[in-house]
Amino acid sequence: MNGKSEITEKYLGLYKDNIGEISGISSPFINGFRASAFEKFSELGIPSKKNEAYKYTNLDIFFNHDYENYFMPVPSDFIKAEAFRCEVTDLDTYGIVLLNGFYPTLNEKLRQLPSGVWIGSLNEASLRFPDKFEKHFGKYAKSENDGLIHLNTAMASDGVFVYVPEGVTLTKPVQVVNLVQSDEDMFNQHRNLIIAEKNSNFSIIICDHTLSPQKFLTNAVTEVFVGENAHFDIIRVQNEHNNACKITNTFIHQEKNSVTSSNNITLHGGLIRNSTYHTLAGEGAESHSYGLFLADKWQHVDNFVNVDHAVPHCTSNQLFKGVLDDMSTGAFNGRILVRPDAQGTLAYQKNNNILLTDDAKMDSKPQLEIFADDVKCSHGATIGQLNGDALFYLQSRGIDKREARLMLMFGFAHEVIQNIKVEALRERMDNLVMQRLKGELSRCASCLVKCG
Amino acid sequence: MLIINNLKASIGGKSILKGISLHVKPGEIHAIMGPNGSGKSTLAAVLAGREFVEITEGTVTYLGKNLLDMTPEDRAKEGIFLGFQYPIEIPGVSMVNFMKTAVNEHRKHKGLDPLSASDFLKLMRDKKELVEIDSKLANRSVNEGFSGGEKKKNEIFQMAMLEPRLAILDETDSGLDIDALRIVANGVNKLKRPDNSFIVITHYQRLLDYIVPDVVHVLYDGRIVKTAGKELALELEEKGYDWIKKEIENNVTA
Repeated sequence: MNGKSEITEKYLGLYKDNIGEISGISSPFINGFRASAFEKFSELGIPSKKNEAYKYTNLDIFFNHDYENYFMPVPSDFIKAEAFRCEVTDLDTYGIVLLNGFYPTLNEKLRQLPSGVWIGSLNEASLRFPDKFEKHFGKYAKSENDGLIHLNTAMASDGVFVYVPEGVTLTKPVQVVNLVQSDEDMFNQHRNLIIAEKNSNFSIIICDHTLSPQKFLTNAVTEVFVGENAHFDIIRVQNEHNNACKITNTFIHQEKNSVTSSNNITLHGGLIRNSTYHTLAGEGAESHSYGLFLADKWQHVDNFVNVDHAVPHCTSNQLFKGVLDDMSTGAFNGRILVRPDAQGTLAYQKNNNILLTDDAKMDSKPQLEIFADDVKCSHGATIGQLNGDALFYLQSRGIDKREARLMLMFGFAHEVIQNIKVEALRERMDNLVMQRLKGELSRCASCLVKCG
Repeated sequence: MLIINNLKASIGGKSILKGISLHVKPGEIHAIMGPNGSGKSTLAAVLAGREFVEITEGTVTYLGKNLLDMTPEDRAKEGIFLGFQYPIEIPGVSMVNFMKTAVNEHRKHKGLDPLSASDFLKLMRDKKELVEIDSKLANRSVNEGFSGGEKKKNEIFQMAMLEPRLAILDETDSGLDIDALRIVANGVNKLKRPDNSFIVITHYQRLLDYIVPDVVHVLYDGRIVKTAGKELALELEEKGYDWIKKEIENNVTA
């Protein structure tokens, strides 16, 4: 066993069994990263609770499971995916559908949008645009302690590629719908690369859905490059069933004077782990990291944020909230690293959670590592019940207790949702959150699966 | 309208109200004055239905019903309004949504249909003008980031929206500059009708320059120790509360 856990051994085996086929459908450039990533993964393994960054999240139940396949696409899968339509009809976007992590269009694997914007398959982009692709792929997704990042690099073969050239503003957001659907329990991984060149401006919406009741494990990595003075927003909406585990790792690299926001809205899912890494690599850069989750039953939602102030005069802001019902559990880990040269840093962090029952449990861990002296940093975390004074205030105006509680919870959640700039999506999220809080949605919105 | 009879109440086992009796008739304005810690805010809390106050004795009858049996929301729908001494900030809940919900709950209670969106907005506009509050306040979250004066004006605005039969204003004047004080008082005077009543709780006589009470009570150590006409307020302003305290102590020793 040479000291490796049994679970890790299993994934080492999975790699060996599938790497031939994976390499066969992937570009040589992407394949070039696999061997060293595999080395790194075999060294770090599947994170256990001994790993400080996974202290509150037990991945074993999902990683221990014997999945019947590691997903490889066949043409009939793509026909299914093309039939999918987003039900938010007033949301006007440039749409992309990913099926089990693959870009499922057979003929047009890359689409050109106005002003030289390209969206489409990651693998295809590495072949068609090697100059753009090779400058960024594999540059930002780095980790010295999380083996899952390396497992993704070692095995993922497709995902979404978005390229927005210098000076271009996209008036409509790009929407990526991640569908997970299979007749068998399945493990899948995908990899996204988003390039926002200098002075560009756009938003991307990522919607995670499960369409069949099988047990799923997804491990996704997204790399984002945000050039000088560019504005970029990423909004992730997660709506998966209780038997699905979603792990997302998003790395956002920012150049000078760029402004970004990331917003993870988790409405439903069995086990969710969102890691968001913000690297402020150019002076004057500004990042906003938001998150909201609503959990019930045995769900577990973990948000891990890492903000790296690598250079002076950058601003970062974190706001994460959770509402936990039944015996659900949650975790927040917010790290702010201010490197020795990063003078004039402003860094804020807030994590607020409401526990609706005595059985729900939340762990919150701020982690501030400040090595510069001219820095303004603040952090605060709360875990508690609804504010009794606020409840009474509403009741004293004639609003009954149940409705008043609902209004307070909605208001609590809305503080995160109000930061979504795409109006149709913001309204949709408000509605879904309200329905969820009213108990009208005990499963995912527009559920076809009825996993219960 | 409101009859309080020998009301005794405690908080955390500590006796605060020690036998209060009070009778408010329709159309009257009662002022309750008294030094800090005399029990003024506790009385307001009891009337509005706060749970942390424990009633140990006495009755409160409102429009012929036992008020103490009613939930806070039912009291509100029956026409009781509490203007808070410290209005609560509620981030994420907009004033519009808050007031729309409250107004429609009141209407439902009276057997009326909810207001249409346009009728509701018109009502908001009219009442905002009446109490001279800034339009922008209504677009924000409830009391969030409001100044002290804005919060108090917002209480009067809510009162105007809900048109209570009995309004209890708990130190609504505290922390107000003279302009805000005038706006708050004007709001009360404009809303005063022959069939509604006010209990104005205040520490200072100042507010009573603008709102003329029919009756002034002095609350001290959990009891109403003096009741008189509006001239009592002036006397208190001039002489402070010490003479009343002395009078009581003399009575006790005598």
